[in-house]
Amino acid sequence: MLNRRRFLGAAGLTGAGAALSAIPALAGETAKSEALITDVQDWQRYLGDGVDKHPYGVPSKFEKNVIRRDVPWLTASAESSVNFTPLHELDGIITPSGLCFERHHGGVAEINPADHRLMINGLVDKPLVFTMDDIKRMPRVNKVYFLECAANSGMEWRGSQLNGCQFTHGMIHNVMYTGVPLKVLLDEAGLKPNAKWLMLEGADSAGMNRSLPIEKALNDVMIAFAMNGEALRPEQGYPLRVVIPGWEGNLWVKWLRRIEAGDQPWQTREETSKYTDLLADGNSRKHTFVMDAKSVVTNPSPQAPLKHKGRNVLSGLAWSGRGTVKRVDVSMDGGRNWQTARIDGPVFDKSVVRFYVDFDWNGQELMIQSRAIDSTGYVQPSKDDLRKVRGVNSIYHNNGIQTWLVRSGGETENVEIG
Amino acid sequence: MSKSANALMLVLTICLLGGTSAPSAAQQMAGRDATRPSAKLGLGRAATPEEITAWDTDVRPDGRGLPVGKGTVKQGDDLFQEKCASCHGEFGQGVGRWPVLAGGAGTLKADRPDKTVGSFWPDLSTVFDYIKRAMPYGNAQSLTNDEVYALTAYILSMNDIVKDETFELNEKNFTSIKMPNAAAFFEDDRETSEKHFWNKSPCMKDCRPAPKVTGRAMAIDVTPDGKSGPKVE
Repeated sequence: MLNRRRFLGAAGLTGAGAALSAIPALAGETAKSEALITDVQDWQRYLGDGVDKHPYGVPSKFEKNVIRRDVPWLTASAESSVNFTPLHELDGIITPSGLCFERHHGGVAEINPADHRLMINGLVDKPLVFTMDDIKRMPRVNKVYFLECAANSGMEWRGSQLNGCQFTHGMIHNVMYTGVPLKVLLDEAGLKPNAKWLMLEGADSAGMNRSLPIEKALNDVMIAFAMNGEALRPEQGYPLRVVIPGWEGNLWVKWLRRIEAGDQPWQTREETSKYTDLLADGNSRKHTFVMDAKSVVTNPSPQAPLKHKGRNVLSGLAWSGRGTVKRVDVSMDGGRNWQTARIDGPVFDKSVVRFYVDFDWNGQELMIQSRAIDSTGYVQPSKDDLRKVRGVNSIYHNNGIQTWLVRSGGETENVEIG
Repeated sequence: MSKSANALMLVLTICLLGGTSAPSAAQQMAGRDATRPSAKLGLGRAATPEEITAWDTDVRPDGRGLPVGKGTVKQGDDLFQEKCASCHGEFGQGVGRWPVLAGGAGTLKADRPDKTVGSFWPDLSTVFDYIKRAMPYGNAQSLTNDEVYALTAYILSMNDIVKDETFELNEKNFTSIKMPNAAAFFEDDRETSEKHFWNKSPCMKDCRPAPKVTGRAMAIDVTPDGKSGPKVE
């Protein structure tokens, strides 16, 4: 039966620069009949796959373009590199686990959970070793948080460089974590009064290590073994990672094997030579943990151009490391005039929100922007306002307002405006 | 009083009367409603000194964690050429996109800063800690402590922080080395220095003159082709 089927080729794929479709007949006008309706289609006549064709389900083959992508020229080696979440293909607030961007420093460690150990040592009453079984016997919590790499949008400091929100903003994901508050483990070992910092260390071949202030550790940090209801994906730290809500992704050590308590920060490679923000005067800001409020319009965007005149949905994501997103404003004219977007779906602390503007488009050129306003009153700044205080060599923490230019044919591109 | 409450009282009494060790998790469970959690979970086991030594290799700026050992610039040079130069270049200049380790002094205010160990890194301990845990790339934790001292000494030499090829770095003189850019780092101050980004009433109407396009990503043309992603089966 299979060989009688007609397989669709790549005809279903669209890309940037797709021609604007003719305006379809409006309801009530004379329309031409479609064979898709008048003819019986193969999928309506023949039996489809039975159960267990895919014991672990996979997306439709018509979604094969919805994948993480990398920018090969960015890094020297795929094992110490990054790829990007396809934000323009997604909706709602939860990132599917298989599409969460990856950032590794020594490749993906492959660890049998039965062989994984977590040690707590340093300024504690009793240094301890936990197995995964131990950790799964501890009280659990479920939380939705965004994880944004501090270098997200880092390629855009000097001007528009990458043409797609996947590449300009795709170092973020937002999932539900299941795990244990870090405080539970620290209480078990007993922190000494002079413990002010923790060092978190991964079991990967980079031995990724970062210092974390104790106040944050005891506040809302958790160690997670599950994301979106199932075990962490290997590339997200299976079997165990740290979750540090609202703070830069580099701190969220994957394949967590050790937590050491100390009385001062370690100043590791990742917290001095990297993940510090070089300013125009040659000085560098360090311990810039919190992710400032930020947003991006994911549709339309260069990889998802406008295809229709008339009614359209503008959609995007907003987030803040300081709390919740209170409001998102959208401009269609490059920041001259703003309207407040509609946030739909759950609004959680230190999670992304989804926003929409339903609008009619007559084919005029648009300069689309969005700005997030968070629960502390922080307003996402323009790129130029950010450059005024940070220069262009910071690499990290670029939360400036993005501009997409929508041309009259619907093509959309990443531009700088002045 | 219920039987279990009596048992709990007994455990508490023993503790109060000078029991020398806390009751084990099993004792706690026996002495109370078996479904009620205790303050301590009683999970995990003691880490042995040998285990802690095996994993606790980190080194701090104040020298805490430095192992006993030594290595000279000359020894480091030989090792570097053998194990590191294929990526970092003979003199730390970097091959392709691999990290540059030397040079760049005085470039941090330049249009294109050159952030190397010598020009940028504030702490020498970071060099030791990182080499020890993560280098050589793809063969991590294969170097002896003496080798890490030697390589660190050579990196100091390639950055002209030490000038003498016979210089020996060891756990005793380590913290006497000061890095050139150490004073240029300061703690996060965004909430004061960027206070103007907090704004109760952001502008909604006629906020700026009509914008003009001043730069285009398409003109730079470095975006990967959207259709040439990894092969998907």
